[in-house]
Amino acid sequence: MSLRAPLARALHHGTARDGVGHWLIQRVTASALAPLAIWLLVALLSLPSSDYTTVTGWIGAGLHPVLLALTLLIASWHSWLGIQVVIEDYLHGFLLKSSALLASLFLHVLFAAAGVYAVLRIALAGST
Amino acid sequence: MAERPLSPHITVYRWAYTMTLSILHRISGVALALALLGLIAWLVSASLGADAYAALLPLLTGTGGKLLVALAVAALIYHFCNGLRHLAWDLGYGYERADARRSAVLVIVVTLIGALLCLYFIFRPGAGAA
Repeated sequence: MSLRAPLARALHHGTARDGVGHWLIQRVTASALAPLAIWLLVALLSLPSSDYTTVTGWIGAGLHPVLLALTLLIASWHSWLGIQVVIEDYLHGFLLKSSALLASLFLHVLFAAAGVYAVLRIALAGST
Repeated sequence: MAERPLSPHITVYRWAYTMTLSILHRISGVALALALLGLIAWLVSASLGADAYAALLPLLTGTGGKLLVALAVAALIYHFCNGLRHLAWDLGYGYERADARRSAVLVIVVTLIGALLCLYFIFRPGAGAA
């Protein structure tokens, strides 16, 4: 039984019924990101040089492309969820809020795709 | 959308350290979203070939670029440590006032030490030389 008035239901007041999913995925992506972030930070800071050969060699070596792609995808996912909450909290008005949410989603997907493509391109160029 | 009333919030409360840590978590998160964009830009520039990479590298290895990297690393360490704190809370641990205060101090100390170490790594002589 719902205690919500029919008008309120028609106006979509109340919950969207998917808040727990958002909360949980934010925590799941955070747990996955924790070891990946440490790995990336330590690996990048200990690169002997930032010249082209060293960097592309490191990106393409062993399992690095897999871990890098995973890091980019999960970080983008986690970032999208976080930025979504920030937009929802600070941007007001239906049009402004919706446009910002949509733009954030599109940009996150676009940059994640660009990053993964770059990693694959470097990795595959190195292995013939 | 109908204008709905909003309860008074932030401004009606006395300051507590928890507020600072909370807003820092959000600020460092937004900063990390931008840092992710920087990381992707760096990867894309490397995928465009040696010439494009060499042309864009000074942006990263100049003083401004190094400062931005240092800021991003500091944000990462803070967000990481405070994020672990949040995950512990989500599992039901660390809610006692003394525990929460201790973990807050730990997060700040680890962030400062980690950020200083990374600053040294990033700015040490010969670091990031092309």
